[in-house]
Amino acid sequence: MVKWFKRIRATGGFRKAFVRYFTKGRSNRSVGGTMGLLIFIALFGLFAIFPVLFMVGNAFKPLRELYRFPPTVFPVSPTVQNFRDLLEYANDSLVPFTRYLFNTGVLVLVGCLGQILLSAMAAFPLAKFKFRGKGIMSGAVVYALMFSGAVTGVPNYIIITRLGLMDSLWAVILPSFASTLGLYLLQNFMEMLPDSLIEAARIDGASYFRTLLVVILPVVKPALMTVFIFTFQGLWGNTGGSFLYTENIKPLSYMLSRIAATGIARQGMASAASLLMFIIPVAIFIITQSNVMETMATSGMKD
Amino acid sequence: MSNTKKPINKKVPLLTELRTKKDLYLMLLPFFIFFVIFTVIPVLFAVVMSFTNYNVIQTPGFVGLENYINLFLNDDLFMKALQNTFVMAILTGPVGFLLSFCMAWMLCELPDKVRVVMTVILYGPSLAGNAYMIWGLIFSSDSTGYMNSLLISMGVTDSAILWLQDSKYMMPIIVIVQLWMSFGIGFLSFIAGLQGVDRSQLEAGMVDGITNRWQELWYIVLPSMRPVLLFGSIMAITGAFAISGTALTGFPSTGYATHSLVDHLQDYGTTRLEMGYASAIAVVLFALSVGSNKLIQKFLRKVGT
Repeated sequence: MVKWFKRIRATGGFRKAFVRYFTKGRSNRSVGGTMGLLIFIALFGLFAIFPVLFMVGNAFKPLRELYRFPPTVFPVSPTVQNFRDLLEYANDSLVPFTRYLFNTGVLVLVGCLGQILLSAMAAFPLAKFKFRGKGIMSGAVVYALMFSGAVTGVPNYIIITRLGLMDSLWAVILPSFASTLGLYLLQNFMEMLPDSLIEAARIDGASYFRTLLVVILPVVKPALMTVFIFTFQGLWGNTGGSFLYTENIKPLSYMLSRIAATGIARQGMASAASLLMFIIPVAIFIITQSNVMETMATSGMKD
Repeated sequence: MSNTKKPINKKVPLLTELRTKKDLYLMLLPFFIFFVIFTVIPVLFAVVMSFTNYNVIQTPGFVGLENYINLFLNDDLFMKALQNTFVMAILTGPVGFLLSFCMAWMLCELPDKVRVVMTVILYGPSLAGNAYMIWGLIFSSDSTGYMNSLLISMGVTDSAILWLQDSKYMMPIIVIVQLWMSFGIGFLSFIAGLQGVDRSQLEAGMVDGITNRWQELWYIVLPSMRPVLLFGSIMAITGAFAISGTALTGFPSTGYATHSLVDHLQDYGTTRLEMGYASAIAVVLFALSVGSNKLIQKFLRKVGT
């Protein structure tokens, strides 16, 4: 403690130490400026997290507190009754809760694994080799990022009907394979790898496919994790929309959003459902956060 | 590997190229099959359908530009949707983009732990999906809604305001919620990109006479961030044109105050099943989205030069 104090004294006092701590060792900012910045960031963070706190608070409120005037953010006497109600409601419904869970499991698992496999296989040649058609393919991948799924919604509905996929989980999974974000991120990440890595494997006589599997995939793990989390986020919230109409193949998000939409009488349950929907992708993001950041560092678009 | 370093010889016949690099093409094939079926064909299909009166029931007939003429001359609701989409896209796209960048810039020199916590807090909302219904509670129209009770207890108003049914407030609320969710993938890119800015370059800049952070931002940080900015702009603009406020304001929204192009498209495509007309809307949406992206990119390439 004394040592620490002495060091601060020696390097210019508390004011400098304060600024240095919040500027990663650079001291070219005033104390006031640093303080202002911190306050601004804190306020902004509060605005961002406030609705989330509401949701968490409501999920643990007993019914009588949900409609209190004036409303409070946090419950006075917290309860898990809402979650119990949710479970009870889910068990009473025509289709058992576990069935929705299973559907979501299949959707997420097949969707993510497929996306990772397809994207990684396509990203490798695009990132590391020259061949006819490469320019068009890379260009198309970027172009596809420039418009939303709403544009292709109507034709896709017809195509999926014609392929006989309607009302099966494939109707959600297969179109998601066409998403180019994962491919784009993987391709960028692989471009950063040294060519010598691939040369060495090729000299040893490994096929392209084997090179990808044995040499490339292990070193692009952060990017694979990133593709996983982004694909997961997309599929986790997917309610099946107009593609799934049989109740027992609908995903969890459909059931939970239906509860959330039923309104006043189930307010507490709805908040509990919203919280469950929200917490899972956020938890996965927190766990994979450093991998995602490593990948996003190479996400830039070359001129 | 040596064969890959050679410049592409245009004289090599396509078949020879396909044969010698068979493995590479085989690796590309699975992804691009899905890409062609679910992205390329749909876009082309939408363009073709937009010139027909396809409505699922009758055999489609070619109607030329009729759908487009009807859209722009006879469909007042489309013009309203177009106008709303422009307002929402301009307020959430560029503003969301700048907000994300400024926030990332402010966070970039904070201690790692603080930065990670703030990243999760800001990125979280974009994951909220259905959970952003929480805003429905905040702006609930009875007196137990958070905003109403706050205003009533502060004495600003004495009766509950119909936030999500009064066209005066609907649009601003959708914009605020959208901005709340705008710290998405682009924001993560900015954070990661700023961590990668060469610190020795910043120090060299200070020796060369850069005196404040703003100069540092313009002369050193932004030029080295250009690729990330381009990527972030795509994420922001594409998201901005995909806005639909129906989860909060309902469909149709009161007086169509937040009716967007996506809502209009959904209405004709999935409710009225007028696929030809819906396709024309989709083509307009596509053109606007890709056009704006291209325009902004042209502009961003000039940043810091």
